[in-house]
Amino acid sequence: MFGNDIGDRARKLFAAVDAKPTEWSIGIAISYAPVRLWHWVNAAAILMLSLTGYVIGTGTPAMSGEASGNFLFGYIRFAHFSAGYVLSIGFLLRIYWALIGNAHAMQIFWVPLWRKCLWREVYHEIRWYAFLTVEPERPVGRNRLAQLAMFFMFTQTITFMVVTGFALYGQGADTDSWQYKLFGWVFSIWPNSQDVHTWHHLGLWVIVTFALVHIYAVVREDSWRAGASL
Amino acid sequence: MGGATETFYSVIRRQGMTRRSFHKFCSLTAASLGLGPLAASSIANALETKPRLPVIWLHGLECTCCSESFIRSAHPLIKDALLSMISLDYDDTIMAAAGHQAEAILEETRAKYRGRYVLAVEGNPPLNEGGMFCIDGGKPFVEKLRSMAEESMAIIAWGTCASWGCVQAAKPNPTGAAPIDKVITNKPIIKVPGCPPIAEVMSGLVTFITTFGKLPELDRQGRPSMFYSERIHDKCYRRSHFDAGQFVEEWDDKYARKGYCLYKMGCKGPTTYNACSALRWNGGVSFPIQSGHGCFGCSEDGFWDKGSFYDRLTTIKQFGIEENADQIGMAAAGVVGLTVAAHAAVTAVKRLTHKPDRAAHKSKPS
Repeated sequence: MFGNDIGDRARKLFAAVDAKPTEWSIGIAISYAPVRLWHWVNAAAILMLSLTGYVIGTGTPAMSGEASGNFLFGYIRFAHFSAGYVLSIGFLLRIYWALIGNAHAMQIFWVPLWRKCLWREVYHEIRWYAFLTVEPERPVGRNRLAQLAMFFMFTQTITFMVVTGFALYGQGADTDSWQYKLFGWVFSIWPNSQDVHTWHHLGLWVIVTFALVHIYAVVREDSWRAGASL
Repeated sequence: MGGATETFYSVIRRQGMTRRSFHKFCSLTAASLGLGPLAASSIANALETKPRLPVIWLHGLECTCCSESFIRSAHPLIKDALLSMISLDYDDTIMAAAGHQAEAILEETRAKYRGRYVLAVEGNPPLNEGGMFCIDGGKPFVEKLRSMAEESMAIIAWGTCASWGCVQAAKPNPTGAAPIDKVITNKPIIKVPGCPPIAEVMSGLVTFITTFGKLPELDRQGRPSMFYSERIHDKCYRRSHFDAGQFVEEWDDKYARKGYCLYKMGCKGPTTYNACSALRWNGGVSFPIQSGHGCFGCSEDGFWDKGSFYDRLTTIKQFGIEENADQIGMAAAGVVGLTVAAHAAVTAVKRLTHKPDRAAHKSKPS
């Protein structure tokens, strides 16, 4: 029922998006304040999580002095966990916004993979990025290739990172904690949590790779537009 | 072997242990289980009145380290008491009977204590080739295990072999060795992982079952939560060095001598559920980290297959190469980074060459 509702809604919303002519405005895709705000809070949280996460995975150079006088690794982990909460709460609000907001807000959660026109547009975008065609079909903010990348590299990875992150946090927070109760099932998939650490760490690199492409695509689009309007 | 009406206490007294020592044992056990002060007298009462629990102890593919650990349970007197607490009707490693006599005990217990005996399994059965890689009493061990499990009350899976598979189930596992819960699915199974498990964990578990006449609370993985609810890391005495960011960089460097945290040396304490850092070994003398070596994670699933014991980030074998997450991630990010740079260069060139076109396009939006 609910799923169908979402399906109908999404179809309508996408029809609305499709009906709109392509405008040369990247702003239109993310001009809505909540999404914009979320984007930057999320970006900051990801930056913090990536840096602290990398250090947690490798360890810090030894601190001199007594253990009682230092809490470096503790602070790093605290920063990681806090940023993790910020990201998770932001992600939940983003999902809420996707449900009540407009079609663009829905894009990163809903990819109609079964629609032929989606693949046609993806093919077109690939050709555009491969310099085989001159004009992109839609601006980068809502082209289908970007949507696919967002969904598979960002949305999925972040979901995975939130789930495994809370599961690992639950181990430290004790098996009675709500984190462990809610996310402990992760350890039914990987009984040895060393594996969860490894996959969580690999997730960092998926996000880094995504960020590289994401930032490049946006900068390129911006400068292309700037070039075009010159 | 053990008669049904014999109580633990009568056996203990017969073996020459004083009543005083008996009560000492009860208090110590109550304390080690984390029970209240009144529990000691409940334990004493139970041992004095309850009939001994018949236990059949089978050995599959294993190294007998669980038995070695068990018979060293903290205190010599406690060891004696524990070997008498349960009615250990069958244990081919330490029993006097042999051959047909020994095998007859299995049949006898199966018939006499139907649904009332505990089946303790040390090691695990190989399943390939019809179980022919482990022959016990002329039959594949897996058949013996299945037939004895059928009439048992519960199964204790001693050690990592029985709980997870351990070394004989490590890749490529030619004999098809499988943990007990892959073979027996219709009985409660208590996993007591560790290679071997701590002696006091083993004797504590047996004491719990005989005292309360029920199985202890198990966690998600089927381990008794009273011993496996916290990681080595959570109670490690070097934890303050971890939080401070003080790590050993190399074996035998000055930080190792100062007793800093072994995190960077690949210590698996943060991912290993066991009671080593709380109970310690050999009567509370020490445990690996206290002796200057990181934890192997021997009580965790597949610990032989998780890469080096000495790496923080362990290797990932799923991709057919042995690299850790950082190596894979940096390579991927590097390739993507170069691609982006190349793409940017081509874009710039195209921009310059296509400028006239773009001006033309501007007038007719697509």
